[in-house]
Amino acid sequence: MPYTYNTPAQQDEMLAAIGAASIDELFSSIPASMQLKRALDLPPALGEIELTAHMQELARQNTAVSQSTCFMGAGSYDHFVPAVIDTLASRGEFYTSYTPYQPEVSQGNLQVMFEYQTLICQLTGMDVSNASLYDGGSAAVEAMLMAISITRRSDKVVVLESVHPEYRQIIETYFATIGTEVITVSAAEQLQDALDDQTAAVLVQSPNFFGNVEDLTSLAEQVHAAGALLVCSVDPISLGILKRPGDAGVDIVVAEGQSLGTPLLYGGPYLGIMACREEFVRRLPGRIAGQTVDQQGNRCWVLTLQTREQHIRREKATSNICTNQGLFALRAAIYLSVMGPEGMGDVADLCLQKAHYAQQQLTNLDRFEAVSDRPFFKEFVIRDKENDVNGLLQKAEDFNLLAGVALGRWYPELEDCLLIAVTEKRTKDEINQLVEVLGS
Amino acid sequence: MRNTHATQLIFELSTAGRSGVNLPACDVPEQPREQWIPAELLNAESPELPEVTEPEVIRHFTNLSTLNMSVDTHYYPLGSCTMKYNPKRNERIAGWDGFAQLHPYQSEDSIQGMLQLLFELQQMLGEISGLPAVSLQPAAGAHGELAALMVASAYFKELGETRTKVLAPDSAHGTNPASARMAGFDFVTIRSQADGRVDLDHLRENLGDDTAVFMITNPSTLGLFDDQVQQIADLVHEQGGLIYLDGANMNAILGIARPGDFGADMMHFNPHKTFSGPHGGGGPGAGPICVTDTLRPFLPNPTVSYCQDSQAYYLDTGDDKSIGRVRSFFGNVGVLVRAYCYIRTHGPDGLKRVSEMAVLNANYLLSQVKEFLDVPHGDRCMHEFVASAEPIKEKTGLKQPAMDIAKRLLDYGFHPPTVYFPLTVHEGLMMEPTETESKQTLDAFAEVLKTIVNEPAETLQSAPHSTSIRRPDEVQAARQPIVKWTEATD
Repeated sequence: MPYTYNTPAQQDEMLAAIGAASIDELFSSIPASMQLKRALDLPPALGEIELTAHMQELARQNTAVSQSTCFMGAGSYDHFVPAVIDTLASRGEFYTSYTPYQPEVSQGNLQVMFEYQTLICQLTGMDVSNASLYDGGSAAVEAMLMAISITRRSDKVVVLESVHPEYRQIIETYFATIGTEVITVSAAEQLQDALDDQTAAVLVQSPNFFGNVEDLTSLAEQVHAAGALLVCSVDPISLGILKRPGDAGVDIVVAEGQSLGTPLLYGGPYLGIMACREEFVRRLPGRIAGQTVDQQGNRCWVLTLQTREQHIRREKATSNICTNQGLFALRAAIYLSVMGPEGMGDVADLCLQKAHYAQQQLTNLDRFEAVSDRPFFKEFVIRDKENDVNGLLQKAEDFNLLAGVALGRWYPELEDCLLIAVTEKRTKDEINQLVEVLGS
Repeated sequence: MRNTHATQLIFELSTAGRSGVNLPACDVPEQPREQWIPAELLNAESPELPEVTEPEVIRHFTNLSTLNMSVDTHYYPLGSCTMKYNPKRNERIAGWDGFAQLHPYQSEDSIQGMLQLLFELQQMLGEISGLPAVSLQPAAGAHGELAALMVASAYFKELGETRTKVLAPDSAHGTNPASARMAGFDFVTIRSQADGRVDLDHLRENLGDDTAVFMITNPSTLGLFDDQVQQIADLVHEQGGLIYLDGANMNAILGIARPGDFGADMMHFNPHKTFSGPHGGGGPGAGPICVTDTLRPFLPNPTVSYCQDSQAYYLDTGDDKSIGRVRSFFGNVGVLVRAYCYIRTHGPDGLKRVSEMAVLNANYLLSQVKEFLDVPHGDRCMHEFVASAEPIKEKTGLKQPAMDIAKRLLDYGFHPPTVYFPLTVHEGLMMEPTETESKQTLDAFAEVLKTIVNEPAETLQSAPHSTSIRRPDEVQAARQPIVKWTEATD
């Protein structure tokens, strides 16, 4: 028992103070009929040495991205994580603390939340940000629920097919339960037909799932003309160079924040970013840190607008969410601080240039063609004219290349297509190798 | 020795022209951005972020961290949150490339170790809960509640039944009613009796063929095991409803009693509590759910299965009855890896010992605290108990004695208990010592608490006296919200 302290003698003293004859007696409020009469059927305990060996054995059966060259994206990206992030996020004062219920001894976390909120507003051009949600997908559905509550239109929402397929599945799950219709439209050009005065919101993604940059300004005009709200899921890295959604008229911005200083982690924990226009702040789900003063007039921070939240409002709360992703909001805050305006611009530009180089080299080969000529950021789709995407991925794996993500599982009409992501970490040599292997 | 310069806002430390990174030069032929993306879709200038160097960032955030209390630095008996020690071996292992550097869409062949871990965790949680069908996908306890209520909704739809109501006692966490609403149900609050148990008469009055789910936290937020739970389950099941167990307090009954054996149909675990988290300053957690075999087809997908023929683990999307996804990718895997390590470290006897020691610690602290504070719900508890500072009001004239005691505890270097929860106890102080504290620490805490209770009212009212800030004005914060920095707020 590595983490408990009390010796048998101390346990006896404690039982005596309680007035109990045995530890079993402390459980006498659980009727005998409900108590388990056997030991749990679990593997035996492991000491630290044995645990470490066992976990090494499991880890060995996984091929880490760090042993390969990663061109996979689709919502989870192999961006560089500066060492300062791991150093700071592994401080026990951060990761072994909890939600700041006592602000006097949580000023560190509260100030980080406040800085995070400000950084997200600076990045997105929105007025207010919460202190984060679970991930990009659940942030998208929370934004759609928020839009329903703002517009008081609960009949239907519209989602573009170019939004991450898993985000769309989450929205389907939530909305099937509450009975709101989800209309999926195949392209922005078809949006007009789907909009009417019962539509609460439209969800777009930019750059979208295929990497293409959407014209948010004209989408916002179109959606607002129908009295609906525009919710946009963005790639935070792209905002180093792309127009800020707040400047384009977007009402609620959500994002998967994994790109901002978090490794791939087989999909989680990640960071759900959510920011909106000022007038919607009281409808925002999740924790929010606010500035105030203490009794002595010192500037300080507290959790605020808590009357939105479940522990006060219970069934009338804006959401059931009761925590943020504190540690990952911290990572994003550190990332954006070390990058600064110049670093964010440079990272985005490197992604842009390298992705376009890779796309050109690949489409120069006879075997591949571009699927669209629309502008893209760091990710693009190529079609394999020989229709053997899985064969290509397998061949690439033999060369330690994670060549991309096959699209057929979500879009049957794109079963001959590959989604390829190029981050700032990829070098010209690595891209050339990818081209060589896929083309050979 | 506080470094108040470094803990200014990061924006106030900014100096134009500084940077914390040096990125490689572009090694592919560069083109102007406008060649690739129309100018109207580009930003006119880079985002307006702070400009600081790497050493400044380190000093800033390191100093900020020292303004927090944490489990690594302080005794943290925050009731209902299970602030136990967070093992360092689990942190190290979860950070290995073989777990942390896996892309969610890698081929199943290349992640067999990860899938095995997740498969075994499903099995282990099924065994600990007595509810064999497990989804690891939900990202937090509240998310697990919501997912399970969606499972219930899909189940009743399949049966062709219209059931509109979710019921829970007044002592329930606020997430229960909020989750019920989000899953499209009406919520009904059931009264607790004076002894903290569910008022069965009130439950019977509200039960009917429109009852979908009764949500119960057992042991309850009062730290009591409601021995009527089987009877409650029978009543609800007779009406065709389901029992949901809020697993927030599982630290009390590991290996001692299993929700599946005392009538629950569905539950969630909080691995960041029960299986040592960590809490991460308020997340990430995880909220795996366990359900009966009957409800298995409705679980979120995918789960992990094992194929005997190919002797390989794979992502199983199940059948078309699944409610679908509640989160992108597989879930909060990093938290699950730590939970796996924790369970493997303890084994069956060790897990039971965890609960025994947690309950022993709580009862011992109760035996000390009841000497000078009212504990309305009796002399015994499970893993936590709720004291009441209500009687102190009269003695001292303090209007919010629980708050004042909590603030004064900070001066003595202890994190306070949860205050003013559950709502059914006036001036409540909810104490959960967990198993990872020594008798010496509990004695020291009880001694300080006793001292505080006997201190002059004005000492308590003006506490804390030693923290960097004291009693922030929360009313002002909510009335005129300032939720981001702007130059003008200087």
